[in-house]
Amino acid sequence: MVKPAYLEALRTDRGGRIFLGMLVAAALIVPALNLLPGENSALHLSSYTMTLLAKYMTYAMLAIAVDLIWGYCGILSLGHGAFFALGGYAMGMYLMRQIGTRGVYGNPVLPDFMVFLNWTELPWFWHGFNSFPFALLMMLLVPGLLALVFGFLAFRSRVSGVYLSIITQALTYALMLAFFRNDMGFGGNNGFTDFKDIVGFSLQSPYVRAALFLITVAALGASYIICRVVTASRAGRVIQAIRDSENRARFMGYKVESYKLWVFVLSALLAGVAGALYVPQIGIINPGEFSPSNSIEIVIWVAIGGRGTLYGAVIGAFLVNYAKTYFTAALPSMWLYALGALFVGVTLFLPQGVVGLLAMRRVGRSKEA
Amino acid sequence: MLSRLSSRSRSDKPPPTGSLGPNDSKGVILYLEDITVSFDGFRALNALTLYIDVGELRCIIGPNGAGKTTMMDVITGKTRPDKGSAWFGQNIDLLSYTEPEIAQSGIGRKFQKPTVFENLNVFENLELAMAGPKTVWKWLRARISPAQRERIDSVLETVGLVERRFARAGALSHGQKQWLEIGMLLMQEPQLLLVDEPVAGMTPQEVERTAELLVSLAGRHSVIVVEHDMAFVRSIARKVTVLHEGSVLAEGPIDAVQANPKVIEVYLGE
Repeated sequence: MVKPAYLEALRTDRGGRIFLGMLVAAALIVPALNLLPGENSALHLSSYTMTLLAKYMTYAMLAIAVDLIWGYCGILSLGHGAFFALGGYAMGMYLMRQIGTRGVYGNPVLPDFMVFLNWTELPWFWHGFNSFPFALLMMLLVPGLLALVFGFLAFRSRVSGVYLSIITQALTYALMLAFFRNDMGFGGNNGFTDFKDIVGFSLQSPYVRAALFLITVAALGASYIICRVVTASRAGRVIQAIRDSENRARFMGYKVESYKLWVFVLSALLAGVAGALYVPQIGIINPGEFSPSNSIEIVIWVAIGGRGTLYGAVIGAFLVNYAKTYFTAALPSMWLYALGALFVGVTLFLPQGVVGLLAMRRVGRSKEA
Repeated sequence: MLSRLSSRSRSDKPPPTGSLGPNDSKGVILYLEDITVSFDGFRALNALTLYIDVGELRCIIGPNGAGKTTMMDVITGKTRPDKGSAWFGQNIDLLSYTEPEIAQSGIGRKFQKPTVFENLNVFENLELAMAGPKTVWKWLRARISPAQRERIDSVLETVGLVERRFARAGALSHGQKQWLEIGMLLMQEPQLLLVDEPVAGMTPQEVERTAELLVSLAGRHSVIVVEHDMAFVRSIARKVTVLHEGSVLAEGPIDAVQANPKVIEVYLGE
């Protein structure tokens, strides 16, 4: 009997098994502690904390997506925030349509910002977003198509290395400028907020929040497994081969462009889903998500966690974002310096990131023993 | 530039596959005729004409800038010539295919600098080099078959890396990397092997081992070796071609070539 590919891939992935175990534990414990004990109980976990964890998890998905292309295929995208934001905007459009007459202006069809701009009709690209399945499709289709077209053009012209990084950065910057414009029809610099319902359930309800948390856990776990199966497959070895020597792979008969394009699109899809999960829980999406610095931060998470391991990306996303939450509250002016110092420090002293440090300690211990 | 674009876009014809290899019934595997390549006015190749027989081991020598690497680039599809024709057997027009297609049709190329996939192990390096279709979808689900494992084992044997099969390629010595790369070429089951300066930077023992390896490959494959090291060339070559300023200066057995006054002049200076 042939074992399913994911079991085969996880067999040799100790870090991955630990990580998935922790996810299962989080899925069991976190919503239970949020819902069961009373508000004043010592065991109670606030909704704020649960939402914060969910946010970190969507970031972790994004980090996995970046690690897949950067750590395994050597494509340094400095514009992955764009795919995240596009997935988020698709979800945001659905949530805006669900507000209906409860908006400030009470217009049953048009979101408030359109009424404010004296629009009388829904723009064509907003049609269909009152349907959840359609919105789900768009969350995948929009980032996926952008990645497909962008990747096709870039990889076909053999744009790689720094040049590719700069173009991805320009891509996200251009999108940010476009989304800032009011007449684009995406709410301008305010973006979307004040969401009420998702598939008929109130977003304020603790049970809905717990359900969203669980969905996020499942999505993060699934993303991890998908990426692990891909990287452990022969196609995954080709991707790493391309990272190590693109020319050699090409002269071996691999269509390097197709492999890169394919893995780039997969990565963009994961980023889009992460964005779509982020928006209903955080309750806002605006063009700031497209800002180039956001995309650079993702790369920093992966570098700090340790690239080319997948779970390293998760560790990095949690560590850096926890530090960010802490510093921006305790020493707001220090955060950017702390982030910069962290990045420089890791690059200089821990080229393999936190994961590399852990591996080194393990090797050290086994030598002593 | 235009000719380059038009040849790239001619992809509607079926790509050559392993089964549709070169037709070498005339006993010649490679025909280069009247090939000219210019870079910004500099003629890297100047009406180069060269034929390689089936199963031959040919050494190409020549001073720096003679066009040796450009010639390899033309054969493997990396550079498109301004003029001339290049045929693999009698049926494959090399100028109308892309690099992966040419590789799939049966031409393997070894670079001057050893290029192996440093972060994969020796076995995986050979596995990826295996002949056959190489699309993403097939490779996502591919598992190694016993026949493929056997094939890899036999290549490991040929290049003498059986003991290092699970070593990371990046941890191999310089010479071992070169052999691994030759092994990777062999996995592609090519009819024609292009080998660029295989012994640069090798120890004398490694050079000797490499010479044996290349000689043992000739016959089953046609091999073109570009090399500077005359002692090495003398130890393996039956027939030598001297390139100079982008065209053939002399061709023949090594002794005749070394005695050729034109060759002496080019090599030793006026």
